[in-house]
Amino acid sequence: MSAVAPVLRVDRLRKAYGGRDVVRDLSFAVQRGECFGILGPNGAGKTTTLRCCLGLTNPDAGTLELGSRPIPQAAREARYRVGVVPQFDNLDPDFTVTENLVMFARYFDIPARVARARVPSLLEFAGLGDRGASRIDALSGGMKRRLTLARALVNDPDILFLDEPTTGLDPQARHLIWDGLKRLVAGGKTLILTTHFMDEAERLCNRLCVMDNGSIIAEDTPRGLIERLIEPIVVEVYGEGVREWAERYARDVVERLEVTGETAFCYMHDAGPLQGRLGHAPQLRALRRAANLEDVFIKLTGRDIRD
Amino acid sequence: MNRRFLYFVERNFLVWRKLLIPSLVANLADPLIYLVGFGFGLGAMLGPVGGRPYVTFLAGGMLCYSTLNSATAEALYSGFSRLKVQRTWEGVLHAPMTITDVVLGEWVWAALKAVLSGSAILIIMYGLQLVHGFRPLVVLPLLLLLGLSFAGVALIMTTLAKSYDFFTYYFTLALTPMSFLSGVFFPLQQLPAPLQTVAWCLPLSHAASLARGLVLGDPMPWPWLSVLVLATYGVAGVSIASRLAYRRLTK
Repeated sequence: MSAVAPVLRVDRLRKAYGGRDVVRDLSFAVQRGECFGILGPNGAGKTTTLRCCLGLTNPDAGTLELGSRPIPQAAREARYRVGVVPQFDNLDPDFTVTENLVMFARYFDIPARVARARVPSLLEFAGLGDRGASRIDALSGGMKRRLTLARALVNDPDILFLDEPTTGLDPQARHLIWDGLKRLVAGGKTLILTTHFMDEAERLCNRLCVMDNGSIIAEDTPRGLIERLIEPIVVEVYGEGVREWAERYARDVVERLEVTGETAFCYMHDAGPLQGRLGHAPQLRALRRAANLEDVFIKLTGRDIRD
Repeated sequence: MNRRFLYFVERNFLVWRKLLIPSLVANLADPLIYLVGFGFGLGAMLGPVGGRPYVTFLAGGMLCYSTLNSATAEALYSGFSRLKVQRTWEGVLHAPMTITDVVLGEWVWAALKAVLSGSAILIIMYGLQLVHGFRPLVVLPLLLLLGLSFAGVALIMTTLAKSYDFFTYYFTLALTPMSFLSGVFFPLQQLPAPLQTVAWCLPLSHAASLARGLVLGDPMPWPWLSVLVLATYGVAGVSIASRLAYRRLTK
């Protein structure tokens, strides 16, 4: 048991919209210095959970504590020590990059002079060193995202909430954001992030939970989830006739088999027996790999599309 | 009383400062065109109104009309841009600010802009020598009250709106009828008695009565009642708007 109080504690949170529970009976705690991930398909309740944690929407039941303050009662005070990167950018288009940072600091009671002194290091952190005078609409999607991250740091927060921080970005931009986030964790900040990118979660999070239909269905370290919940080896087999091949030759030598479209996902501890069975169908192609978080996620939440 | 709303006023001021010149030109040019066009053009065909040239009478009304328009436009269109299109309100709420802070900030800012527009009319009145001396300057605090009154009501529309189109109803069904009922363009006494009663329930007629009283020295029938009516509209408006904003944003 940790003697230190968690920086975020969510206990039996419930939130309903129009009679439907979006978040139900949700409990978790985040310790100082952790990067905690909330994974889930669209509509799982991730954003609603974050909004409740920040006091931006009132829960129907449950208790929340952020930085040992009760939420939503003391949400405004708690936000002095918090930074937020929302899912959709809401940078101020009437201001330049620098003005965005300075004005946002003002909302934290930070004098403009102090805020202006912080701008260069924030811009540097965000890789926007020479963009201080740019207008917001002149920035690329990745730059806007990084500026939003820099804006979330103007008050030097202890805790950062990031709602899908890299959705819609190209790989280069995502890696740049990830580097920034890793530096923040190394610097002792607590991060709470939602994502539906498994590689993002695997790379960044010390611990994560998988949410579906408003509830947490698994919680552990990324490695722990993979080791506990899924067979270590995956062979993906694809090509014409894969369905018949899988039923006839694979079913009895793998531990779990999923066929979707033209691909068979075979899960097992030992791929040896399956190798031989592939000889029965030379038209099929096979890819052997280690199980990852995405396999866990799909196993837990299914392959159906969520909208 | 906390003063956090001033940060949002500061934000709007800093943005406005960037567009200072076009904003000031619009503030002066628009009413000048109205006053010269209607005041002298129409005034030449009319006899004295309320014992003075029509242009002077009209200027007293325009003082309020311009304040009304300025407060309303800022609270409706600019406010709605910040609420919905630019998500500025949402962003501010990630900081230690509340929805009430933002709504109060919009309210006070729209009123300050309205003071500016009203002052522009006063400057033009001095320029056209319709008023003289320092006495008319006592209208300045009144302009702030007018701005708060009209902006408060307008913010209800802002927080209810789904799109800009919604504001057309407010102009067509509320503001335009009110401006013809309230003694801005012609004396209230020209209206049939029942309509006069309706007019005295509206903020603009009280505004016009107070403005002409302070600037031109006309008799004011119920000055303190007028102040109370304007204050009530403003405070009730911003309170309702704040509740609506909570409903809208904390969903």
